[in-house]
Amino acid sequence: MSAVARYFHSRAVTLGLCTRNNTRHFSTSLPLCELRHMSRVNVVDNSDLGKNAKTSGKPARIVHVYNKQGVARIGDKVLLALEKQKVKGIIVGCKQKQKHMIPKFDSNNVVLIDEEDTPMGSRINVPIPSVLRKKEELAKILAISSRFV
Amino acid sequence: MASLKTSCRVLQTSRHLPVFNPRAFYRSYDRPQKGHEKVPSWTIEKHRDSPLNATRVESERLRHAAPTEFRYIFPEFLPHPDWKKRDRVAEKLQRRDMLRRRLVLDIPEFYVGSILGVTVADQHVPSKQSRFVGICIHRDGHGLRANFTLRNHIDGQGVEIKYDLYNPTLQNIEVLKLEKRLDEELFYLRDAPATHSTITFDRKPETLPLGATVPVNMKKIPLNPPPWTQRWEKREDLKGIDLPELPEKRMRKLSQIVKPWEKYDLMKEYRKNISEEEQNEIFKEVVQHHTRVEKKRHQERLKRMT
Repeated sequence: MSAVARYFHSRAVTLGLCTRNNTRHFSTSLPLCELRHMSRVNVVDNSDLGKNAKTSGKPARIVHVYNKQGVARIGDKVLLALEKQKVKGIIVGCKQKQKHMIPKFDSNNVVLIDEEDTPMGSRINVPIPSVLRKKEELAKILAISSRFV
Repeated sequence: MASLKTSCRVLQTSRHLPVFNPRAFYRSYDRPQKGHEKVPSWTIEKHRDSPLNATRVESERLRHAAPTEFRYIFPEFLPHPDWKKRDRVAEKLQRRDMLRRRLVLDIPEFYVGSILGVTVADQHVPSKQSRFVGICIHRDGHGLRANFTLRNHIDGQGVEIKYDLYNPTLQNIEVLKLEKRLDEELFYLRDAPATHSTITFDRKPETLPLGATVPVNMKKIPLNPPPWTQRWEKREDLKGIDLPELPEKRMRKLSQIVKPWEKYDLMKEYRKNISEEEQNEIFKEVVQHHTRVEKKRHQERLKRMT
C-alpha cells in the first residue's frame, strides 16, 4: 500500500467508512441467492430423509457442488448434509433471478438421489422447470414429477 | 525584366486588396443591411394570431398526433430515458421489427396487475407447447427487449416466469382479466399470503364492455410478517401494501433510511421520462400501423361472419 493510499485508508477508518482490516460491512451472497457451499435447500420429494429434514427443523445443507464454478444452478448435482448423512441431490428450482422463460421459485428446491442417480422418493410435490426436460440424465426425476412449468 | 516588373506590380496591387476577415464578414450578417428592412414584428404576430393559420396548425397536429393513452398501451415503444444508452438508428430499426411482429402475433393491451395466459412453443413437451397463467407483476425493457413477468402460486410454490414480449416462440398472449393495480410493480406479492397470487389455469377470460376504461383494482395487500425480500416499510411510493405492525426498533431505524424528499425531485422525474415531442414522433409510426392492422382485422372478422 502506498503512502497516499495508507493515509486515505486511515482517514476512512476514522470516518467509519471501513474497518481496519478493510472488510465490507455488507454481504453480497444473500441478494444474489447463489447456491454455494453451506447454503440451505428445501427437499421437495416424498422420501423419508427429505420429510425428516423438513420436520426436524434442521434443513439440508449443500456440502459440495459438482461443477467447476462452485455455484449450483438448475439441474446441477450437489452433495447434501442432512440427518448426519451425506446424500446427493439435484437442484430443481432456484430462488435466483433466471433468464427469460425459465421459472424462478420462491424457495431453492432439491430432489434426493442415490448413487445410481435414481430418485429416493416416489413423487415430487412441486412444479419442475420445463427446461430440464432436455437433460437426458434427469429422465428418472422427470418421470416422478407431477407438474411442469 | 518586363516580366519581373509586371509581377512586382501584381504584388503591389495584391497588397491593396481587402483581406478577408471571417469574423467581420459574419458579424455583418447580424447587422441590418441597407435595403434589407426587417419585417415589422406586428405583421408576424398578426399572421401567428390569424384564425386561418391556427386551424391549419391544429389540423396538422391532430392528423399526426397519437392518442395520449398510446404511451400506456404500448410502453415498450418508448426508448430508454438515459441518452447514453440510446441509439436512434437501432431504435428505428427495432420499432420496424416490432410492428412487423405485431402483424403476426396479436399482442394485446395489458398492464401490471392484469391476469395473462401465455402459450409458448416448447420442443421438449409432447404437445409442443406449454401454457402458463399468472398475474403480471412487472413490465420492463425497451424496444425489442421489452419483457413482462408473470407470477402464480402452484402446488404451494410461488413461481415467476419472465417472458420477452417479442420472443418468436411466443404463440399466444391472452388477457384473462384486464385491470390495473395501484403500483407499477407488484414484487411485494412475494411477501404476501399465497391467496393474492394464486390463479387457476382453467380461468375463463373476462371481457370489458366496448370503450370502457380499464378499471383500477384498489385492493391493498396485507404482507406477511418479516423477514421480507425487500424492506417494504421503506418504500413510501407503494400504495397497494398494507404493512403489519413492526417492532419499535425497526420503525426508529426507518427515519434514518427514508428519503421523503425524493418525490419532489423534479430532475429525477425529468430524467425518467421521454419528452412529449419525441413521444409523438415515435407514436406517429405506431398510429399508422395500428389503424392499418385494425382495419385488416375487422375485415377478416367480417369475412368469418359471412
